[in-house]
Amino acid sequence: MHEETKGSKLLKWFLIGISALFIFLMLVLPLITVIVEAFKSGIETYWEAVSDDYTIKAVLLTIEATLCAVLINTVFGLFASWAITKFHFKGKKLLTTLIDIPVTVSPIIAGLIFVLTYGRQSIIYPALQDMGIQVVFAVPGIVLATIFVTFPFISRELIPVLEAQGTDEEEAAALMGAGGFTIFRKITFPHIKWAFLYGIVLCAARAMGEFGAVSVLSGHLRGKTNTLPLHVEILFNEFKYVPAFAVSSILVMLAVIILIIRSVVEYRGKKAA
Amino acid sequence: MRKKANKRVIPFFGLSMGVTLTILSLVVLIPLASLVIFTAQMSWSDIVATITRDRVIASFEVSFLTSFIASAINAVMGVVLAWVLVRYDFPFKRLLDGMIELPFALPTAVAGIALTSLTANTGLIGSFFDKFGIQIAYTRVGITVALVFIGIPFVVRTVQPVLEKLDSTYEEAAGVLGASRIKIFWKIIFPEIRPAVFTGFGLAFGRCLGEYGSVVFIAGNKPYETEITPLIIMSELQEYDYSSATAIALVMLLAAFLILFGVNIIQARNTKILKGG
Repeated sequence: MHEETKGSKLLKWFLIGISALFIFLMLVLPLITVIVEAFKSGIETYWEAVSDDYTIKAVLLTIEATLCAVLINTVFGLFASWAITKFHFKGKKLLTTLIDIPVTVSPIIAGLIFVLTYGRQSIIYPALQDMGIQVVFAVPGIVLATIFVTFPFISRELIPVLEAQGTDEEEAAALMGAGGFTIFRKITFPHIKWAFLYGIVLCAARAMGEFGAVSVLSGHLRGKTNTLPLHVEILFNEFKYVPAFAVSSILVMLAVIILIIRSVVEYRGKKAA
Repeated sequence: MRKKANKRVIPFFGLSMGVTLTILSLVVLIPLASLVIFTAQMSWSDIVATITRDRVIASFEVSFLTSFIASAINAVMGVVLAWVLVRYDFPFKRLLDGMIELPFALPTAVAGIALTSLTANTGLIGSFFDKFGIQIAYTRVGITVALVFIGIPFVVRTVQPVLEKLDSTYEEAAGVLGASRIKIFWKIIFPEIRPAVFTGFGLAFGRCLGEYGSVVFIAGNKPYETEITPLIIMSELQEYDYSSATAIALVMLLAAFLILFGVNIIQARNTKILKGG
């Protein structure tokens, strides 16, 4: 293993070469394409597309949906992982399976489920209409779909860490009379800090990029129910390639930032462990 | 009573269960229940008639075939990538490792239009293959390319931890005893990572079956040829034909749950290996 024969060296560089080529063709080249296409007609056209009214509105709606998803899923993730890892109860396995359902169904089916729940053939549709609430083809639908597709992202990161940590420290603290919030802040949170941050990053990444489910519920009203990925679709289908890639470049930059945060968080998390 | 008190020294059981179940119900359970209620109102013969329409069956074929091929490619490349990342040291290794996660971070629609413009006849890769008369974009090959992109992280990330834990003394012993590298891989390493490979394959396959965003742009969406099942569901929804959309969605849900079930069985075995059992 440690003495590198000529053959094993050859194999090593052959495999590294294949890997690098594969990653370059499949991942790096598409990223470069987005940037090159975005600036094809010069920086002015790029700026025009990025600062377009509809683009700004799409950015704002994307931020709104992402913030809602992160907020709800954070609350859920903290409470659910606490309940699942610190206590014994019947049906735990069922609970964890149910939490994972949203990521196993196709985004299109997620959209379909919300159309069936809030659309015009639903039993609660008349009641919603009386209250003047529209979910399908409106902002609430987009927000709900985004929350749904990112549902387990934070709890999934927290559960393994909390499980590995066990319950001894919390039990000791509770027996010594520490309050619930103090226990969480002083004992539990330091353990899960990095996993928690990582979960938020993953959740935000997926939320801002969600396409299928949001596409079903949006109705594609420009300036009203258009998120960034949907705006990209409209521009691309109208053969406005340069603006489509310009808007995409915003998402590419966000993706790269997320990847950097991810590796920093993972590195820090490994060091802390 | 005493036993219960012993069990729950830690506070907030009621509160955390309450919050968990409330949010779970609102976000997941009630919407799922409406799917069940809606399905119950449909007649069995309607469902069968919908899912056996020629165009729908053709879409199943396209979806399952391209997803299977893409996941198989990712299974092979995933093992190679995981091996390279665990066993070798080389420049920019951490960069390569970080890149693996890109398909999770990059919105699928962006990936879709980037891959389409690369592989169209005018694109960098497309124009190269066009010389040999091979079309990538707007064919099943294009769909497969998009699905390979989506599925890259799955196998790498399931195989990597197993390889890290793998004890290399057996390989060394086999090497000293004169076994060839190919034999060492198939007889000693592969049996250990096999559950992880299948798990990653299953997860990628499930993800690919439901994928929509990256595929719609590159597929060309020609009925019977390059129309994937999620797209059919989407078009039924746009025509407000909720019964047809639901019937087709049920087939995909069933497939997704079967895959997940299989993955869970394999994963249970994988955990055993990771824990050294």
